[in-house]
Amino acid sequence: MNPSLTLGPNLFHWPAEQRIDFYSRIADESPVSTVYLGEVICSKRTPFFDDVHLPAVAERLERAGKTVVYSSFSEVVIKRERNILMEWSKQEGRDLEVNNTAALLHLKDRPHRIGGLLNVYNEDTMAYLAGQGTTHFSLLPELPRAAIARLGEKARELGVGVEVQVFGRASLALSARCYHARAHERTKDNCQFVCGDDPDGMTLMTMDEKPFLTINGIQTLSYGYLDLMADIDDMRAIGVTHFRVMPHTCDMIAVTRAFDDVLAGRIDVAEGEAKLRELGIEAPFVNGFYRGRAGHDWVPRVAEMA
Amino acid sequence: MNAMVKPELICPAGTPAALRSAVDAGADAVYCGYQNATNARNFVGLNFTPEEMEKSIRYAHDGGTKVLITLNTFPPAGKVELWKEMVDLSARLGADACIVADIAVAAYIRDTYPDLRIHLSVQAAASSPEAIEYYVREFGVKRVVLPRIMTVSEIRGLLKEIPCEVETFIFGNHGLMVEGRCSLTNYVTGQSTNMDGACSPAACVKYERADDGSMSTILGDYMIDRFGPEETAGYPTICKGRYKCDARDGGYYAFEEPISLNASTMLPDLINAGVHAFKIEGRQRSRAYVKKVVAAFREAVDSIMAGQEPKLADLVALTEGQKQTEGALKTKKWR
Repeated sequence: MNPSLTLGPNLFHWPAEQRIDFYSRIADESPVSTVYLGEVICSKRTPFFDDVHLPAVAERLERAGKTVVYSSFSEVVIKRERNILMEWSKQEGRDLEVNNTAALLHLKDRPHRIGGLLNVYNEDTMAYLAGQGTTHFSLLPELPRAAIARLGEKARELGVGVEVQVFGRASLALSARCYHARAHERTKDNCQFVCGDDPDGMTLMTMDEKPFLTINGIQTLSYGYLDLMADIDDMRAIGVTHFRVMPHTCDMIAVTRAFDDVLAGRIDVAEGEAKLRELGIEAPFVNGFYRGRAGHDWVPRVAEMA
Repeated sequence: MNAMVKPELICPAGTPAALRSAVDAGADAVYCGYQNATNARNFVGLNFTPEEMEKSIRYAHDGGTKVLITLNTFPPAGKVELWKEMVDLSARLGADACIVADIAVAAYIRDTYPDLRIHLSVQAAASSPEAIEYYVREFGVKRVVLPRIMTVSEIRGLLKEIPCEVETFIFGNHGLMVEGRCSLTNYVTGQSTNMDGACSPAACVKYERADDGSMSTILGDYMIDRFGPEETAGYPTICKGRYKCDARDGGYYAFEEPISLNASTMLPDLINAGVHAFKIEGRQRSRAYVKKVVAAFREAVDSIMAGQEPKLADLVALTEGQKQTEGALKTKKWR
């Protein structure tokens, strides 16, 4: 089990059985050390899984030796969301990953993590939050290498963890409106959980039929999948301590094993990347954000060096 | 009922000329930014040099108008110094407040200029009493600009729970993504809304006319809308384009139609709810537009406060035939 490999929160609305099976397999077969659980996107989804199955799934993962962190809502507006978030902020014995500043009100001087949907762009903001109890920062997908290097340097000084998403669709935008419901000519209140039909999100194509973005309820993600496998050594050198893969319907055991093998030096990057390309993912891989380019770009490492 | 508070009218100033127009038309305050990445409308041909800002602040203050400076982007690591310099400059020039989104920028103002008012930008996306209270407790924020996602009744409830003033958007562009939480432009162009103040930068926009007369608007490598020969092409932002998905036949506005926010009919309700300031969007608009919009809303607010019917017909004309919406203010069905 690699201490630096983590599995981010599942952003999509999968049926409860599928999630339970998924996390059982992760517990038994995946080399990830930390698993983030909890609904991050839509509070309407929590009765299906979080409210019922979360404690048992967390326990199952912990028995398998994984660290479990609860990840919390990105959008907090209505009373129910506020109440759930406050309840989660007050729980003892487990780290909470914060994706909305509302949670910070009650977490002052209590250890917590900052999630990849909360805006931490610079070393001063990082230091400010660390001074109030943040122990670990998962960075925004859009940050370029130059900014990550500065944050990594500051994190080392502060003694906090830095996590970067290295696999899966990148979150690009959040809204109060549910675009899944809108696509089906419904509203958020009568959505009938159509987002459940798209376990990796709903593809949005341009008028000339080019796949472009991915809709997941109130969230818009990239169509391309991040793959920063080739940059892992570089990231380690600039202070990144943890590498996050995001759950998708492809074989996540294979994904996490490939990253684990590369992290441990058992296989080289070329072999690891070949494994990712055998997974049958239709969408292209992208790495532009890290390279300081448009996020949808794929910049081969060789070309960059040349 | 408490005595009604007269809300301030907060008006856009993309240029010194627009600022003077807004001041002359009766703005209580104008908001404007510098010519760099520190403000979220970092567009070519807009914004103020330090000298222009100095003169403009003098002009505004002579006219009894406050100047709020937008430092409402997020400095990326390694570049925070520029934002701090702009804070220093704003304090030196006598700005009435800085509108900020980033924690580092807010902390710097609190520590360095404790008397300089901090307004929390809409880019900070503080949409709950807890989030707002956090910023008030940590940085002494005096006013929050609310995300355009709340109904009037939600705003009324919020006002009872928070220890600071509230500013709401009433007119102009109607963005659908939570502001400060959108990197669509960066995904397509490599320029970031949060870090660079860019949103669909003009240099990345192309228009292509096809043989059938249709016009495509292209941002970077992506067609973000296609218009029939009879349609007028609007400025292409990703969140106002038409796309296709399996659930729909043909293109549809996946996020929002090209529609303008016009909350003029909601003004009495908003005043009644206790909102402290009304914000008009449009720093990218012409001085003529600013003059007309500010004058019309000046008249409207003054009339309502005097217990008279406001004349709002002028404002309909200003939307230039665009569709209008009350946005989220009226009903949560919008979501």
